[in-house]
Amino acid sequence: MADSAEIARLRWRCRRGMRELDLLMDGWLTRSYGSASAEQRQAFGELLECPDPQLLMWLTGREIPADPVTAELIDAIRERR
Amino acid sequence: MTAGYEIVDHTYDVVVVGAGGAGLRATLGLAEAGLETACITKVFPTRSHTVAAQGGISAALGNMGEDDWRWHMYDTVKGSDWLGDQDAIEYMCKEAPSAVIELEHYGVPFSRTEEGRIYQRPFGGMSTHFGKGTAQRTCAAADRTGHAMLHALYQQSLRHDATFYIEYFAIDLIMDDGVCRGVIAIDLADGRIHRYRCQTVILATGGYGRAYFSCTSAHTCTGDGNAMVLRAGLPLQDMEFVQFHPTGIYGAGCLITEGVRGEGGYLTNSDNERFMERYAPNAKDLASRDVVSRSMTIEIREGRGVGEENDHLYLNLQHLGSEVIDERLPGIAETAKIFAGVDVTREPIPVLPTVHYNMGGIPTNYHGEVLTTVDGEDRVVPGLMAAGEAACVSVHGANRLGSNSLLDLVVFGRAAARRCAETLQPGARQPELQEQSGDEGLDRLDTLRNAKGSTPTADIRLRMQKCMQEHAAVFRTGDLLRAGIEQLREIHASFADVSVSDRSLIWNTDLVETLELQNLLDQAMATISAAEHRTESRGAQAREDYPDRDDDNWMKHILTWIDSGGSVRFGYRDVTLDTLTDDVEAIPPKARVY
Repeated sequence: MADSAEIARLRWRCRRGMRELDLLMDGWLTRSYGSASAEQRQAFGELLECPDPQLLMWLTGREIPADPVTAELIDAIRERR
Repeated sequence: MTAGYEIVDHTYDVVVVGAGGAGLRATLGLAEAGLETACITKVFPTRSHTVAAQGGISAALGNMGEDDWRWHMYDTVKGSDWLGDQDAIEYMCKEAPSAVIELEHYGVPFSRTEEGRIYQRPFGGMSTHFGKGTAQRTCAAADRTGHAMLHALYQQSLRHDATFYIEYFAIDLIMDDGVCRGVIAIDLADGRIHRYRCQTVILATGGYGRAYFSCTSAHTCTGDGNAMVLRAGLPLQDMEFVQFHPTGIYGAGCLITEGVRGEGGYLTNSDNERFMERYAPNAKDLASRDVVSRSMTIEIREGRGVGEENDHLYLNLQHLGSEVIDERLPGIAETAKIFAGVDVTREPIPVLPTVHYNMGGIPTNYHGEVLTTVDGEDRVVPGLMAAGEAACVSVHGANRLGSNSLLDLVVFGRAAARRCAETLQPGARQPELQEQSGDEGLDRLDTLRNAKGSTPTADIRLRMQKCMQEHAAVFRTGDLLRAGIEQLREIHASFADVSVSDRSLIWNTDLVETLELQNLLDQAMATISAAEHRTESRGAQAREDYPDRDDDNWMKHILTWIDSGGSVRFGYRDVTLDTLTDDVEAIPPKARVY
């Protein structure tokens, strides 16, 4: 099944410079984006604009994002839910 | 042109394909020289795979003690197992200090000493006094050197008015009677085809790690430029030389840094034996990358692998305790938990030797000009250059040293820009492109977009990756390689039956991945074929049936051509054993012992 245009765009943006991020970001898009809240979807779109080293710091738990929605989303991505 | 596509034509002096370290450094230099420059990239520049290079960049600055670029050159020639070209290596090592100082001026925040100079740390294979002492030669911007470089070079390129075409996928070179006249690409956002006419194309498209099942590289590393060169009827060089990192996480490929073994982590097999003690009684788990990777592969082949399929090994750090792990190996516990599902304080991490770097690629001279051979003589391909991991200059020869890859990017990205500034006139008149220029590439894209075969792209890709992993990884014998070639031929042919489900032209990842797979298939074929052809062991190529280096017969580069049906033809180029200038003496071959 082909993605909707919006998901297709996000899927390409899940192409990162680091393998770890490819796996995690694309994983969440495939698994959970469809059932996510509007707030989470927006937070995900914003995460994809972040520099890779920052994303890696958050996803490996070395830093925690200040915004609670983003922090919760980071946990979900990391815990594969 | 194929009906149904909107074509947008452009004219530039130079078009760079790829916006990693090499592409951006070239773009910056070209724009600075007043050449109208475009840079096409399939992902946003700071998301290029250079971002994953955390280690640092080597240069004999001598900030931490005595150093000399001649020692750096010696280390690089030795590391290359004498397959590197000494003129190019001299050029790189001599240019390194100025290239790094320049990066500092562009805004890369290198870590500093108390006196305010760039801090430099030791790295494997880097010595002083021609192998006698330990050099501190590697400069780093904390653990984000690659990102800092990309960020600084991108900002500088924008300042000098380079034009970026971001999220554009390059399809093919436009060749006209052996001369490169431009390149065509698709805008992934709207599906329009862009046809670029230019005096020179510079390919800076990186490596092709994804030809293998287990690789540390990002999904985007599919060597698109290498494949475009093959389709243009030109050869690739030294494709058999693939560097493996011993500890990629089994299944995921994510890298577990060497630092883990530096802190006391060790490998075990299914007998719970610390097997590295048998292969390297002194260095044990800290032996060099190629030695550890090879030992691991032998353990697996002899049936002592772990897991359901006995096809990997364990990296243990349970004994270190969580305090040491958290303090000295930040991020490792989380990475292991996420990608292997293990708690490193209680369980070992499943690991496997994993593809990390491609020494081979597009043959160039030290100016970045692409080479082919005609009747055994080197010939520059007019209008075509290459730099970075895509190129084979060759400074890494049969084996790359850590922290020499970031150096390669900036030195040869800059060299390519300088060459263009010397040889091209800004705004020079260019011949009109023929009406059908680029048609072949567009036809290929159109055929694949409408492909109605029965095998999904991902299935063919997985078969290729498993075939390469099984037959052309660390352990290589003639029989195994020949069996792999046979199987890969069949997989290569099966691409004719690929199915693409998405027919759209907007963000069609399915289509892009299919084009990338086609690129990977040709490179996989070049790699395994050259590995079978080279009947010796040198650097990253370890042949069990030819365990020794054979300088009499094989101190030469293998060139590999592939036609559209996947048939392979070989040629050779001599290794340059002469230096570029009289500033340094050539380094004669001897055994590579550390």
